Amino acid sequence: MKIKLKVWRQKSKESKGSFNTYTLDHVSEDMSFLEMIDVLNESLVKKNEEPIAFDHDCREGICGTCSLYINGRPHGPVQTTACQLHMRSFKDGETITVEPWRAKPFPVIKDLIVDRSAFDRIQQAGGYISVNTGGTPDANEIPIPKLAADMAFDAATCIGCGACVAACKNASAMLFVSAKVSQFALLPQGQLERKTRVEKMVAQMDAEGFGACTNTKACEAECPKQIKITNIARLNREYFSAVVSSTNV
Amino acid sequence: MNLDSKIPEGPLAEKWTKHKFNLKLVNPANKRKYDVIVVGTGLAGASAAASLAELGYNVKAFTFHDSPRRAHSIAAQGGINAAKNYQNDGDSIYRLFYDTIKGGDYRSREGNVHRLAEVSVNIIDQCVAQGVPFAREYGGLLSNRSFGGAQVSRTFYARGQTGQQLLLGAYSALNRQIANGKVEMHNRSEMLDVVMVDGKASGIITRNLITGKIEAHTAHAVLLCTGGYGNVFFLSTNAKGCNVTAAWRAHKKGALFANPCFTQIHPTCIPVSGDHQSKLTLMSESLRNDGRVWVPKTARPGLKAKEAVNIPESERDYFLETRYPSFGNLVPRDVASRNAKSVCDEGRGVGSGLAVFLDFTDAIKRDGKKTIEAKYGNLFDMYRQITGDNPYEGPMMIYPAVHYTMGGLWVDYNLMTNIPGLYSLGEANFSDHGANRLGASALMQGLADGYFVIPYTIGDYLSGISYEKVSTDRPEFKQAMEEVNRRINKLLSIKGKKTVDQFHRELGLTMWDYCGMSRTEEGLKKAKVKIQELRSEFWNNVNVVGGSGELNQELEKAGRVADFMELGELMVDDALNRTESCGGHFREESQTPDGEAKRKDDEFSYVAAWQYTGENQAEILHKENLIFENVKLTQRSYK
Repeated sequence: MKIKLKVWRQKSKESKGSFNTYTLDHVSEDMSFLEMIDVLNESLVKKNEEPIAFDHDCREGICGTCSLYINGRPHGPVQTTACQLHMRSFKDGETITVEPWRAKPFPVIKDLIVDRSAFDRIQQAGGYISVNTGGTPDANEIPIPKLAADMAFDAATCIGCGACVAACKNASAMLFVSAKVSQFALLPQGQLERKTRVEKMVAQMDAEGFGACTNTKACEAECPKQIKITNIARLNREYFSAVVSSTNV
Repeated sequence: MNLDSKIPEGPLAEKWTKHKFNLKLVNPANKRKYDVIVVGTGLAGASAAASLAELGYNVKAFTFHDSPRRAHSIAAQGGINAAKNYQNDGDSIYRLFYDTIKGGDYRSREGNVHRLAEVSVNIIDQCVAQGVPFAREYGGLLSNRSFGGAQVSRTFYARGQTGQQLLLGAYSALNRQIANGKVEMHNRSEMLDVVMVDGKASGIITRNLITGKIEAHTAHAVLLCTGGYGNVFFLSTNAKGCNVTAAWRAHKKGALFANPCFTQIHPTCIPVSGDHQSKLTLMSESLRNDGRVWVPKTARPGLKAKEAVNIPESERDYFLETRYPSFGNLVPRDVASRNAKSVCDEGRGVGSGLAVFLDFTDAIKRDGKKTIEAKYGNLFDMYRQITGDNPYEGPMMIYPAVHYTMGGLWVDYNLMTNIPGLYSLGEANFSDHGANRLGASALMQGLADGYFVIPYTIGDYLSGISYEKVSTDRPEFKQAMEEVNRRINKLLSIKGKKTVDQFHRELGLTMWDYCGMSRTEEGLKKAKVKIQELRSEFWNNVNVVGGSGELNQELEKAGRVADFMELGELMVDDALNRTESCGGHFREESQTPDGEAKRKDDEFSYVAAWQYTGENQAEILHKENLIFENVKLTQRSYK
């Protein structure tokens, strides 16, 4: 396959970026999208040019590190992560545009790499159950209905990549936050801190500058782990019932 | 050098309890006076950092990732073992201990492995309390499955994403301590050296991966929880960032490196598709519960998955079922891998020639497509996405790939290396898996070390040292920083003709060909020369573009590959020294008449711990003899 790539290049957080165009003549359709960039990068190094900086790690769709905005969609045309996207999803001769996540709370660090530490700070605000190591009851002393456990698991599969934010016209992080809030709201272990958790996480989300949710479902359509917006509905319920009785935040 | 494993005296089942009582404690009010550095935030690192902070220590945690949640523990699929005996099928702490010692081909310490089995039950309790959503039965209790050749169902799992859920659990505990101010988290920071003051580990040197700034950090103890070194093979199931640098830097400062040649080759991975391949993807071992492994009886080069249905039963060789009737497709990983290699070496491989079929036709006929989909749906989808083939219609193609490294930094029973104050946890150490790790045991060990071992053992060391803080103004820190800078500048100044990846790929091929699934003296000697040549070429002809004071991924890779080349040579030395076959280490010279691995217990019942002596000098081998008081060493048989 022949591919033309338009890639966002930006030296650092402070500098101005622009698109550079590259042509690749021998792309195999079995390559993953990231392997295609590897090949391009290797050819750039051979020409003494700086390779394209991009975040990636596990390359099996689970670490959530890769964060490419491909042809106007987070992770590209298939609902998966960019590392699990293969070149057979593109046409011979196609021009592909690659950008970093575009959202104010995710500033660009270099080329296609953005700073997603806002997500960590939201989790630090309350995304946990406050138990110390040791002294916990036997695991089977906390029976959990299978349905609740399965639903909690479905929410917990969020990989924290940020595609939901990148997909949203408001750069809302509601899908991400709702996944964690739902996981714990559905489990008996999460009940004791149920109210404070949702209040604190939402407060931190707002402080980071993420936008509001207007239910366009773009996040659900792009989430590589198929996190459902029913979680956002649950987050709203959790949040409202928490704030009306709140003595906390 | 005297290698004291510090395994306590006494009956096996009482060792850990007794030891915990004998360990010295740090008074709760004094814990806040001690600083601990934790490098790596995978299962071992995150659980250790959180648990130590909960106790009151001041923790500084480091990861090269953009977030602690990205560590490669996240990718573990299958599950985590624990001797809960929830299934009433005869499991016990002793049975988990026995299976793990046997599975490791009797090259691990009895005391360590028994402790691992003991604390396994606490891990599950801990994770459930944190809200880890393990699979459950309709009655609300936890579900278990049998995994990786175990005869009991002791594996806890969260669909095919157990590592993810456990890591997110540990990450949540870590986050809580970051919010409490007890953990100072350093993301995108790579450890490039460990610093010793008065013979004790007193800090580390890091590079800020965004600004390139070299920084010094001090502490009273340093924990390396930095994972394995499978990426020495270039292609492996490891994440691209996995590297040996932290452990290797410690090794060069005097920490012994144990059993480096013990690497695990996982039998069920998606085969290589071309030169562009950047990593290999594991398909969970649980697939072997229902999939049947086969190749044609006579060579059919280039046979595709779609054509497999045309091969009649009589012309198929289900080689694992024939050779190992009692375990069949569920033999341990090393055995399954070696057999796949041997049928491919005979020319009977399918696809590219380096692949065998994993066939679900019979399982789908027996249980229905729905049942198979419920069990393996996500894996089948993943397979289809990567290869473009549909495994519901034809068999999968699989081939072994490097997956895990049992070797690592030598540690005693307290998880301390031979350098006082320097600890190593999880895959980064060598301690519990012997020559072969059983499925669902890696998650168990990472969390055992972090949640339930180090919180006890670290106090014994800290209580004996002053809580006065070491200053980064000390000459030892200045010198280490200069050395790190010198190396970075050297890498940037070579400006040769070859890329870092070219060197890495060549190193990987050499390691795979000569120090991979089977090894010979002749091949290993050849590999040693090749690696030495490659290393000297690297330092004269590598091209690292960009500068040091900025985000520079080529520079990061270059430093790691340079370390991999040195490690590769040590792995070869270790494999040469060990003329027996055991576990993942198969020396062709040492096999039984029917081609199985043959141990030499009289000669090699020891841990090979290597001491660095200087640039281009042979390392010194120290032996820690393994003492077996409870199990009888037998040749493993899965027939």
